[in-house]
Amino acid sequence: MEPVAAAEPGPAVLEVKGLVTEFPTRHGPFRAVDDVSFELRAGQTLCVVGESGSGKSVTARSILQIVDTPGRITAGEVLLHRHRTSRGSGEEETIDLARLEPRGQAIRAIRGRDIAMIFQEPMSSLSPVHTIGNQIGEVIRLHESVSKKEARARSIELLRQVEIPTPESAVDRYTFEFSGGMRQRAMIAMSLACNPSVLIADEPTTALDVTTQAEILDLIKRLQVDHGMAVMLITHDMGVVAETADSIVVMRHGKLVERGSVEAIFYAPQHDYTKMLLQAVLDLDRPSERRLARRTVQPIGGPVVEIKGLVKEFDLRHGFMRRKGHILKALDDIDLTLNEGENLGVVGESGSGKTTLGRCLLRVHDPSRGEMLYRAVGGGVADVATASGNGLERIRRDIRMIFQDPFASLNPRMNVAQIIGEPLLVNGVAKGAALRARVAELLDVVGLPASAMERYPHAFSGGQRQRIGIARAIALEPRVIVADEATSALDVSLRTQVLDLLLELQERLGLSFIFISHDISVIRYFCDRVAVMYRGKVVEVGETEEVCTNPQHGYTKALLSAVPHPDPRHRGMLGRHRYEAGR
Amino acid sequence: MASVLDPRLHTDTEVASQWRLMWWSFRRHTLAMVGLVIVLLLYLIGFFAEFVAPFDPQSASAKHVYHPPQMIHFIDSTEEGWRIKPWVQAYTFERDKFTLQTTFKPDEGKRVYLSFLGKGTPYELLGLFPAERRLLVPDEPNERFFLFGADRLGRDMLSRTVFGTRVSMSIGLVGVTLSLLLGVLLGGISGYYGGAVDMVIQRVVEFVLSLPTIPIWLALTASLPATWPPLTRYFAITLILSLVGWTELARVVRGRFLALRSEDFVVAARLDGCSEKRVIFRHMLPSLMSHVIASVTLAIPVMILAETSLSFLGLGLLPPTISWGVLLKEAQNIRSIAQAPWLFVPGAFVLVAVLALNFLGDGLRDAADPYAQERG
Amino acid sequence: MLLTYIIKRILWTIPFLFAVSIVAFALIQAPPGDYLTTFAATLAQSGDMVDQERLEALRTRYGLDQPFIVQYWKWISGVLVGDFGISFEWQQPVSNLIWERMALSLCLAVSTLLFTWAVAFPIGIYSAVRKYSIGDYVVTTIGFLGLAMPNFLLALVLMYIGVVYFGADVGGLFSPEYQTAPWSWAKVVDLGKHIWIPVVILGTSSSAALIRIMRANLLDELNKPYVTTARAKGLSEFRLLLKYPVRLALNPFVSTIGWAFPQLISGAVITAFVLSLPTAGPLLLQALLAQDMYLAGAFILLLCTLTVVGMLVSDILLALLDPRIRYR
Repeated sequence: MEPVAAAEPGPAVLEVKGLVTEFPTRHGPFRAVDDVSFELRAGQTLCVVGESGSGKSVTARSILQIVDTPGRITAGEVLLHRHRTSRGSGEEETIDLARLEPRGQAIRAIRGRDIAMIFQEPMSSLSPVHTIGNQIGEVIRLHESVSKKEARARSIELLRQVEIPTPESAVDRYTFEFSGGMRQRAMIAMSLACNPSVLIADEPTTALDVTTQAEILDLIKRLQVDHGMAVMLITHDMGVVAETADSIVVMRHGKLVERGSVEAIFYAPQHDYTKMLLQAVLDLDRPSERRLARRTVQPIGGPVVEIKGLVKEFDLRHGFMRRKGHILKALDDIDLTLNEGENLGVVGESGSGKTTLGRCLLRVHDPSRGEMLYRAVGGGVADVATASGNGLERIRRDIRMIFQDPFASLNPRMNVAQIIGEPLLVNGVAKGAALRARVAELLDVVGLPASAMERYPHAFSGGQRQRIGIARAIALEPRVIVADEATSALDVSLRTQVLDLLLELQERLGLSFIFISHDISVIRYFCDRVAVMYRGKVVEVGETEEVCTNPQHGYTKALLSAVPHPDPRHRGMLGRHRYEAGR
Repeated sequence: MASVLDPRLHTDTEVASQWRLMWWSFRRHTLAMVGLVIVLLLYLIGFFAEFVAPFDPQSASAKHVYHPPQMIHFIDSTEEGWRIKPWVQAYTFERDKFTLQTTFKPDEGKRVYLSFLGKGTPYELLGLFPAERRLLVPDEPNERFFLFGADRLGRDMLSRTVFGTRVSMSIGLVGVTLSLLLGVLLGGISGYYGGAVDMVIQRVVEFVLSLPTIPIWLALTASLPATWPPLTRYFAITLILSLVGWTELARVVRGRFLALRSEDFVVAARLDGCSEKRVIFRHMLPSLMSHVIASVTLAIPVMILAETSLSFLGLGLLPPTISWGVLLKEAQNIRSIAQAPWLFVPGAFVLVAVLALNFLGDGLRDAADPYAQERG
Repeated sequence: MLLTYIIKRILWTIPFLFAVSIVAFALIQAPPGDYLTTFAATLAQSGDMVDQERLEALRTRYGLDQPFIVQYWKWISGVLVGDFGISFEWQQPVSNLIWERMALSLCLAVSTLLFTWAVAFPIGIYSAVRKYSIGDYVVTTIGFLGLAMPNFLLALVLMYIGVVYFGADVGGLFSPEYQTAPWSWAKVVDLGKHIWIPVVILGTSSSAALIRIMRANLLDELNKPYVTTARAKGLSEFRLLLKYPVRLALNPFVSTIGWAFPQLISGAVITAFVLSLPTAGPLLLQALLAQDMYLAGAFILLLCTLTVVGMLVSDILLALLDPRIRYR
């Protein structure tokens, strides 16, 4: 075992001691951050990790006292040791940020100058009506007395540093003219404007694709080295933690669960919660044993769905005589086969056409060209692409869908019995008492009590709702299920549970899955074969393990090398493969 | 699993339908509840106008021209002791011989006694059921009393305002119903079919919204023949009002329709095998309803104000029809209001009705989507 | 980019204006009987000789015996060169009667709009920033009252107060000595002294509505992530407020020209009638009551044109303010 190569620990520049942040509610104060302590060292990265609602974001905001009203710090210290930073005058100078007036001059002088922050959603975190240059220049002119012209020159220089192409013209652009990754780069440029000694990054890559995420993390790392900053990185992704952290703080329900070095946390976790978090990630990083065992008992059969030369074009032309816009080829000549009892993964980044593919197969969208042959139980073959009326209805009973968003996909105005019973009712399968009995049975299959029937979706958590969606999908005893990002809205610890449920259903009902996801680890766990999509094309198809370990296409290589591995000893940052074809 | 199996949580919210949830969130809105009570009260008054009004609103009396309002007392204390009995102070009527100006003076010795649910002049409730009991009548059938004063013909303003309530409040309701039909139809078509139909309907909506309403209304009502009977005119006016009023509702319906059409749960319903009709009526309409109801409530006061304005200018409803606007036309003349400021009373009713409907509508709008917060 | 948008937007108003003219002409045609029968009746009533030859000339001039389209064509081609027909009640060309009144109407509407902005902008911001303070409640209450009070009722109440407590007539736009006087600097000053009363009356309800809109929008914007970003930069609360959320909340504010303008023009008709202002409203009403349709039609056409142009101005301002619109 080789030790993790860590940077030489610098002096602690920021110390948080016993921080408590409370939000007054009708039922008394709610402690969003409850007695949290940690320190940030120059040149090092501290990762704060936790699931949604763990209080990690509020912790970050408490440091700068920019917690949303009515939250406020009620106890603890946030000590900035300025004398240990490049800005220090040499004399001992320690400021307790928690004591400063949140709206006062003193803390404002620190925000953006000593401590800078970047946020999750680069679109909404930047003003849409001011140019990038205006927003960067503002920080510079706020903290340093420079002329407008000079601020502009420095903004351009900053944009160049964060690798935005043609910074001279980018400086006058608006944020909506940039892609997500470019916006986050602009955001980083803005945070670096005054050479801060501490950078707080609140889920900076969550809204981005994996390859973009890797680039942004790269950039932050490089800038950290160049500027000797202390970085506090907030994330829910253990992979990102493993890739970037020097030390780690694990949070849950506002409390600090465990803290320590990367090595300590990853290889010798003490707390059960930390172990659970790590286990959930590690579980996903390899093929499901259950699936592999099953395939030896019941091998994969012949083709159920054959997609041949499928093309879907969206007409985005508008305006007078449709002269503006263009025709978007969302699916470009797709050939793909799904076999009986097989889990076929479709992986790709946003805009690669994977969702469109799933929706075409159910004829939510009508394909422009090509065929999708479905082989029914009796051996009859129907083309889904041209089916209509009764034919389409029959196909839709056999091919069902599980949606990504467990909130949007259940009608909030219908109770669970009505939601699950709807396909049974409209297809004339069951009604009355028989319908209720069947719904109860389905609920049992997905692991929910029969008492759930009378309840409305708002009574359930995300994971439970996804189970309701699954019950609806299997109600008609289908043969094929298209699962579109079925686990991405769930916390990591819930993902394996839902995936295992799907595998169990596959055994019981003899299902075949088309599993669409952007998350390679989920695909690896669940899918026998995988198709990699890039810009509307399938660039590579193969056995999942084969593709994951020995990718052939350049894009697959780039995608795989960008995926952060939840193992700090195998940091893939430096050996990353970049794929720039056709950009 | 926590929330289903957790006994601490109230199970009634979990099994509550959308209307129950809406009602719960609506109930927390105090102003909206006040608005609801007032609106219900006004519609009750309008519905039972003949019963609530002490007198026939058209019966004139030369003796009572511009009779000032009288204060109602409930405790009658005389030398013999006191009793609970409503009464008003009687006024005497004097006419200056030279200037012919009339003045009313309180007649200290004389009280007009009143009783609740007594027999008054016979009437037909809603023009259908003959009856003679009224809410408040003088004990002596020949006495008159004027809680809101009298107008230039000596007609009782209270009775007139009560009848005005019937017409003005109902015109809001009828007008909104018409607008709703037009709005839901055109908005639904626009949102459902999209494309060129949507384009045309949207341009029409934009166009109508860019027009100044009152001049258009005025011109339309001016072209109505003055010889039409009151009821025909009433419906013609509501029709004219709703010709402009539908646009806002059409916009709401279309916007919601478009947003809903791409919702996952609607796609799911289609994949479940639901017919188009079932998708619309079973899955989409319930989500639309609450928003439409809120918009409708907010559209009623606009109608009421429009009717009042038109009638006030003499181009809306015409006497003998009584509406708040027709009554306020009496207050047009600065000399008459200087002499009889109680002619403003219908104006106060307009104010209260419009406020109450606005509060109610705001409350409904806030409660319209009880699921909005948890999704946030 | 901006220029193409503006040009396109201007071109868009042409079909609107065309539709407006159709509506106005349809309204002229709406009353039973044609213009000349009414004209002849009026002449006969006033005891004038009905000159058959003149009637005949008018009939050909306006194509009254021809189909709607032809009549419309004759009318609109006149309008385009400034000939709006003849008012039989006033016995003179409509164009002689309307322009001064339209100018005063426009002046009143614009002043009201400025007043509305001046009132709603600071109060709306205050109300949003100091949410649930006493001041906010007071403003919200007044806002509700302003919204519920019909303009004409407010005008009546003010007149009542003026007459009963101050013994002054608050109606009119000019002092008696300037009413018929030709335009001069003194007359403009006199106008300024009188115009504020109708401006306040008209502006109350739109100010109330605008305060509510401004408050709601600003409350929305105040919770947006970019505000937190700006705060994290170290901007002071005041500068931050003005530069970011207020700037974005301005969009619906500017678009008020679009919706408030038609309402102002609309409301002005009644208020002007109550206060007997020498603007378009009272004359339009008089014309409608007398079925003097060419005069009424001219007013309706011009008032509608005014609101359509108001929409245009509002859209152009929006595009200037918000880059997202002009890039769309």
